[in-house]
Amino acid sequence: MMYVLKDWIFTTDHKKIGLLYLIGSLAAFALAGCMALLMRAELSAIGPTITTNPNDYNVWLYFHGAAMILGFQIPALTGFLANYLIPLQIGARDVAFPRVNALSVWLFYMGIILALMTFVVPNPPDVMWTGYPPYSVLTPGNTALYTFTVLLLGFASILGGVNFLTTITFMRAPGIGWNQLNVFTWCIYGAFILQLIFVPVLGTAVTMIMLDKYVGTHFFDPSAGGDVLIYQNLFWFYSHPAVYVIFLPFIGIVFDIVATFARNRIFNYKAAIYGGIGGIVLLAGEVWIHHLYVTGMPDWIRVGQMITTLMISVPVGLLFISLVGTLYKGSISFKTPMLYGLSVIFLMLIGGLTGIPLAIVSLDLHVSDTYFIIGHFHYVMAVAGTFSIFGGVYYLYPKFTGRMFNETMGKIGFWLSFIGVNTVFFPMMIVGVTTGMPRRYWDYAQFPAAESYHVVMTAGAAIIAVGFIVILINWIHGMFRGEKAGSNPWGSRSLEWTTTSPPLAHGNWEAVPTIEEGWGPYEYGTRKA
Amino acid sequence: MHKLGMKGLSLTSSLMGLIAGLMPAIGYANEIADPVKGFDDLWYEVMVDITIIGAIFAFILVYFMFKYRRRSSDDEGSQKPMTVLSAIGWSVIPVFLFIADDLYMAAKGWELYNDYRSVPENSMEIKLESAMWSWDYTYPNGVKTYNELRVPAGTPIVLRMTSRDTLHSHYIPDFRIKEDSMPGRVTYLWFHPKEPGEHVVTCAEYCGLLHSRMAGKIIAMPEDEFTAWYKAEAENLEQNLASN
Repeated sequence: MMYVLKDWIFTTDHKKIGLLYLIGSLAAFALAGCMALLMRAELSAIGPTITTNPNDYNVWLYFHGAAMILGFQIPALTGFLANYLIPLQIGARDVAFPRVNALSVWLFYMGIILALMTFVVPNPPDVMWTGYPPYSVLTPGNTALYTFTVLLLGFASILGGVNFLTTITFMRAPGIGWNQLNVFTWCIYGAFILQLIFVPVLGTAVTMIMLDKYVGTHFFDPSAGGDVLIYQNLFWFYSHPAVYVIFLPFIGIVFDIVATFARNRIFNYKAAIYGGIGGIVLLAGEVWIHHLYVTGMPDWIRVGQMITTLMISVPVGLLFISLVGTLYKGSISFKTPMLYGLSVIFLMLIGGLTGIPLAIVSLDLHVSDTYFIIGHFHYVMAVAGTFSIFGGVYYLYPKFTGRMFNETMGKIGFWLSFIGVNTVFFPMMIVGVTTGMPRRYWDYAQFPAAESYHVVMTAGAAIIAVGFIVILINWIHGMFRGEKAGSNPWGSRSLEWTTTSPPLAHGNWEAVPTIEEGWGPYEYGTRKA
Repeated sequence: MHKLGMKGLSLTSSLMGLIAGLMPAIGYANEIADPVKGFDDLWYEVMVDITIIGAIFAFILVYFMFKYRRRSSDDEGSQKPMTVLSAIGWSVIPVFLFIADDLYMAAKGWELYNDYRSVPENSMEIKLESAMWSWDYTYPNGVKTYNELRVPAGTPIVLRMTSRDTLHSHYIPDFRIKEDSMPGRVTYLWFHPKEPGEHVVTCAEYCGLLHSRMAGKIIAMPEDEFTAWYKAEAENLEQNLASN
């Protein structure tokens, strides 16, 4: 037992580190999900329902947002999936800097522990995941906890960025060229370029808040020459690209899942890589003003960034065409991972297209900061991202456990959560645009028309919770009782399936895999030719 | 060379013409713009647009899922590698379609945005100072009200907004408009209550404990009733000042 524990704590193996990320991020997901349930219970009727103190609600909301984004999605995608998959997909024995990798994961755990202190300290942070000043400076809540959580997780992320960019650039097995990489590998490459460029900006912003609050500087205090809007500009200059740091890996894993279960090559691979991923990386830093449409920014920049924001539809559209086109003349099997993969395309359609009215500045003047936007970003980022992560876990499950999960239970869990999320988030968009009910409301007496919708949403949240329990039971049960999985249960051509399940502890393969001329991770259809 | 210059010039001038066409006709129309109707119309148009795009993708997706379902377990897909020409076609044509739709909607959005931001002449200017957690309005004659803004129906109202403590956002769902109020900065929004009636005002920017209770209302009154109320309030104010 002690040996096993020591083995996991001091491990530098990318696969174990990946699994450590998975465990930590799923714990964050479960806790942040509980916060969502508390909020849904509170909103199920007008007036105080489960708490009479709005501050409780604000703390739940803070934790839900911060933990879901910084503690679950980014670590699950760029921590778990990237760590587990990248060396296996490029035929490497490990990442470039295994010890730095181990440092990253433990920084991440420290960040999670700091975030958990929200429930212990006397004045928990109530600044929302955005931490806007002057409120974050004026509040009696503990803003320092917010700052240090962000800094630790950000630092872990920067280290990850250095590590993976180096790994992908220099450690591909001989014979794997840039145009033979998995889409997921490319997406991680794009995502970490964004992280490396933009995380320092976020670090600066949250540090300035802490200096303002505890040291007495006046960066955001207009009475001493500061400006309240500097923070929002810095924050969204990072946090919009952060959306793509989530989007790219999740669309990447969906590409790999869809190609594997359709046993088909990627439709217009180069357009997806250079146009889609490349376009997103190029545009990511020029659209942040759309988060500041109603903050009195100058008109010229609002209109200018309306146009750049709408242009995001171009690379995303290319990725979409590629994804849907990959099904063309495929051989589609509807196993659980594929259900998640295909559902993400649907969720992305709803979430992506409802981003268009939000991009148009004149329409945003009404729906900004209402439930419409909550519905939109939950579809496009929260739910689509989470479904890709779950799809990715199911997809890799036989690889990292060496066993199969229960297919029927997998499907039940999927359908419960799929029905649940649509019951929660579609009505949100309707409430937002028809009543105008704003976000971050503990109570909504001025919007009586919203109440019946909120009842439906709360019911939907309960369905999601049941679905997640089914999924979790399935995962744990399969680890011990599932039947043995072979090295390649899905019949994939990608490199990660050529090694045993689970792969060798160190080195992944007995010998570095030899890449034949013309090999590619999506070269299907050659068998029947 | 010379020819190219001319071409460039005419291109620039036609582009300028396009931009000028999108600008609001300031000074031409005495009519007050109607952003509420503008919003509803554009919203409807965008919803139709995105529903069509979504339906096309969803239809193709479902069709492929049905048509290419796996028949036997060792089947593989039979998509051929793309030729260079079709790869370029499948990139360039969609890109142009998307850009065209984007620019069309951007133009529409810009037009409406100009209506939202151009304050009509003869508007009544009211100062707003927000605070945790109230809306404090000051009329041109010095009358102050809290969380309740009485205005004459038929007159456009412009709010010049600032804040005493933190960020708030003065949001009037009925008029489809909000704008943040901030310490150290002055922002504005305008709206046009055409008929007498009441409208909810609520805070749309998180401001702490009672954010959700930071609600008020706008009461649009018939013009004569408003004038009577306005005068009476002004007299009250003067008396109070005198007695102090």
